[in-house]
Amino acid sequence: MTTPNNTGEIVFEAVDLKINAVRDDKSELPIVKGVSFKVRRGEVVALIGESGSGKTTISLSALGYCKPGLKFAGGEARLLGQDLTPLSVNELRPIRGEKVAYLAQSAAATFNPSILINEQVTEAPVLHGSKTRAEADKKALALYHALELPDPETIGERYPHQVSGGQLQRLMAAMALCGDPDLLVLDEPTTALDVTTQIEVLKAFKQVIQEEGAAAIYVTHDLAVVAQVADHIVVLYNGEVKEAGPTETIINHPQHPYTRRLMDAIKPLPEAGQGETTSDDHLRDAPAIEVRNVDAGYGRISNGKPAIQVLRDINISIERGKTVGVIGESGCGKSTLARVIAGLLPPSGGSMLLDGEMLAPGIDERSKDELRRVQFVYQMADTALNPRHRIREILGRPVEFYEQATGSAIQTRVDELLELVELPLQFADRYPHELSGGQKQRVNLARALAARPEVVLCDEVTSALDTIVGANVLELLKRLRRETGVSFVFISHDLSTVASFADEIVVLYAGRVAEQGPTDRVLSPPYHPYTRLLISSVPETRTGWLEDTANSREAQSSVQAGVQLTAKGCPFHNRCPRVIAGVCAEQDPPRRVAGGHVIECHLELADLGGQS
Amino acid sequence: MLSLLIKRLGIGLVTVFAVSLIIFFGTKILPGDAAQIRLGQAATAENVAALRERLGLDQPLLVQYWNWLKNFLSGDLGVSLSGDVPITELIKDRYRNTLFVSSLTALIGVPISLALGILGAMFPRSIYDRVLTFVSVSLVAAPEFFTATLLVLFFVFWLGIGNAVVVGSVEGKGFFELIAHFGLPITTLCFVIASQLIRMSRAAVLNVMNSPYIEMAILKGVPRNRIIYRHALLNALGPIVNVVALNLAYLVTGVIVVEVYFGYPGLATLIVQGVQTRDFVLIQGLGMLFCLTYVVLMLIADIAAYMSNPRLRHPK
Repeated sequence: MTTPNNTGEIVFEAVDLKINAVRDDKSELPIVKGVSFKVRRGEVVALIGESGSGKTTISLSALGYCKPGLKFAGGEARLLGQDLTPLSVNELRPIRGEKVAYLAQSAAATFNPSILINEQVTEAPVLHGSKTRAEADKKALALYHALELPDPETIGERYPHQVSGGQLQRLMAAMALCGDPDLLVLDEPTTALDVTTQIEVLKAFKQVIQEEGAAAIYVTHDLAVVAQVADHIVVLYNGEVKEAGPTETIINHPQHPYTRRLMDAIKPLPEAGQGETTSDDHLRDAPAIEVRNVDAGYGRISNGKPAIQVLRDINISIERGKTVGVIGESGCGKSTLARVIAGLLPPSGGSMLLDGEMLAPGIDERSKDELRRVQFVYQMADTALNPRHRIREILGRPVEFYEQATGSAIQTRVDELLELVELPLQFADRYPHELSGGQKQRVNLARALAARPEVVLCDEVTSALDTIVGANVLELLKRLRRETGVSFVFISHDLSTVASFADEIVVLYAGRVAEQGPTDRVLSPPYHPYTRLLISSVPETRTGWLEDTANSREAQSSVQAGVQLTAKGCPFHNRCPRVIAGVCAEQDPPRRVAGGHVIECHLELADLGGQS
Repeated sequence: MLSLLIKRLGIGLVTVFAVSLIIFFGTKILPGDAAQIRLGQAATAENVAALRERLGLDQPLLVQYWNWLKNFLSGDLGVSLSGDVPITELIKDRYRNTLFVSSLTALIGVPISLALGILGAMFPRSIYDRVLTFVSVSLVAAPEFFTATLLVLFFVFWLGIGNAVVVGSVEGKGFFELIAHFGLPITTLCFVIASQLIRMSRAAVLNVMNSPYIEMAILKGVPRNRIIYRHALLNALGPIVNVVALNLAYLVTGVIVVEVYFGYPGLATLIVQGVQTRDFVLIQGLGMLFCLTYVVLMLIADIAAYMSNPRLRHPK
């Protein structure tokens, strides 16, 4: 981090900037209400706030751009002394991609799927005539090297779908930097990534920003990330600046109540002893659901094996009123496991028991009662709720279907459900789009609860929500578990969330269980090397953490290779810092069991404790 | 990629085969006997029986089907029931007319419509876009004969250009004569296909224009023209080529009203004629020809869509 300075050249300055939304009836609604801040050369300024705080809208003003439906309503957005707000598209064109460049949240959506990567990376400078094609290619190649991309000589000759998400995110950085911009605008560039990938991307970003001597606006809601990259922080709420200052000050001595609330909502690091001790009131003889030796995958099944095997030999048992957290990087098979339990994807091997009785593998073989008892809650409430149905219909349908209720009985039950998820009763007559993200997720949850289920499968239900909203939904889940005795399978890539909610944790890697057991035992030594990597990758809200971690052994090894599903051996061997040559790649790891805690590793339990 | 193409080709063949079954057995279910129709009501029972034998109609249905399919594949469509003329002869002249009209329509109508539609997507909700939407919706709503009548009124009666009726066929006409004769039917058909093409290409491009990678291109300072032809068009190609293919197929097979209105002999009126005279052989031959037209055009459209999609061209 460069030291905050008050003397450097001002690259960007927002002066009492106002942006309005234009409604269909031409009336205007203020979105950004007079925001001022400065970005000096060599400095990273973070805009933080929840969704709806206007942080993305403000950051885009540095490119003179307003999303469709928005317009500049006053103030100035000065880039290198020039106010961008009155400029026409033609006047802005030579500035965009040259003096200021943008990095979006999802590289997968931001790269054109039909054009080779290199053309997209070099497009801006070549088009603006600031570099010849050869010069741009040379610059791009240098950036691929600097960003530590694999096969830098040839990666540009691929299409976006042919590289991984983390690589694409770094390639987007190359795209932004290719024109040697004075200012970079980064909009949540690591939010969609796994923690392990986030580290490498953050490290690459930070290094490149320093080397190129650019200034940057970094938009995020994640304070831990901010602490790693920003020199200055601007805290936004509802289109207004609540507090601004150097990172150290804001992180360590927040003044404004809203900043303090943001700090309070930071999830504690995953450590033993956080999980709530759930009561045993709801226990019965048999577990609520039991998954035994389940294999599953996609494609045609031949010889009992699907064409693409995703899960191998999964054993999970969930007691009534308890929660099992399933954790792992994207692509590890978390969601597939939920689909298997829900019956959406019949397993190719193994069996499942519901309350001690055999559960049919496929959804069409299950009885209505079995369907009722296992319910699914999807990650995106936006897409899971029918936009043309009122909440009353969304909740009434399962009530009608499972309980054969009619008229006023449905009415009563819908009211009950809304009360259960702490929503006002008049919401019954609203449409999903009239609700906020957190409220929609509550409706999504109420719909599953309408069936009076015994097992609820939650697939990343808090991942798309802001920290504070997500924490509230999690509180709701805890209350429901206590009151109704529902068991949860809680799937998440966020170890902190899982640690605070689950009784037991299953760590999946490449479709296999790396480690599983009671939360406290999984989060304390001995660790599976992969669990240790996950835990150490969760960013801490202190400056300097990134440097400390990125240099550690785990993070170094995680960059080297991608996840591979292997038929034999330990799937983690190619990333494991403690791999035993000739053994890990060849032989299946033994199951090391100690008091309900299982680790699949070639290393002895005694060797897996302590620091590596 | 190759396996995908082979699979697609296979589906096309299966479609043709299935249609051949439906056409053959469908015409067999209809009441009436080919030999009887051909000889007329006055024919003696012996004559009919003799003709049945000569035509192979006394053989089992499956054998008849097999022979018919075999002949069709070797280019022999059989002999017309009403005129004792080979079907290929009947079709030849009309095929030339239809092909002339439809290919000229396609050459003029398709590029212009696509360009208009894409322009609409470039300036959504502009005055131009509103007028375009209004006109193209009106064209969809207007029946073909109405459009044709307006065109005849305007060009022939007011301006005094062109012919209201096509005389004879393409054969033996000079270039200007061709234009005079076929100008109006071609213009009418251009209007007919234009509405759908404009609306679809506008919608397809507009859909792509809302995607994040277009916003990224704007934020990189890419000019609007380049955004359209380099960033948007390639991704909108799939739906567009499909609509183009469907419209081309319509031009070959479904131009009944326009053919009748301008009185030029084409394939669509020929099949109507076949139905009227209960000429089974003609219906079978034309049915298969139409089916092949559709299958081949859709095949080309699908291959074009595959080729424009790098995810299919270069799987991981």
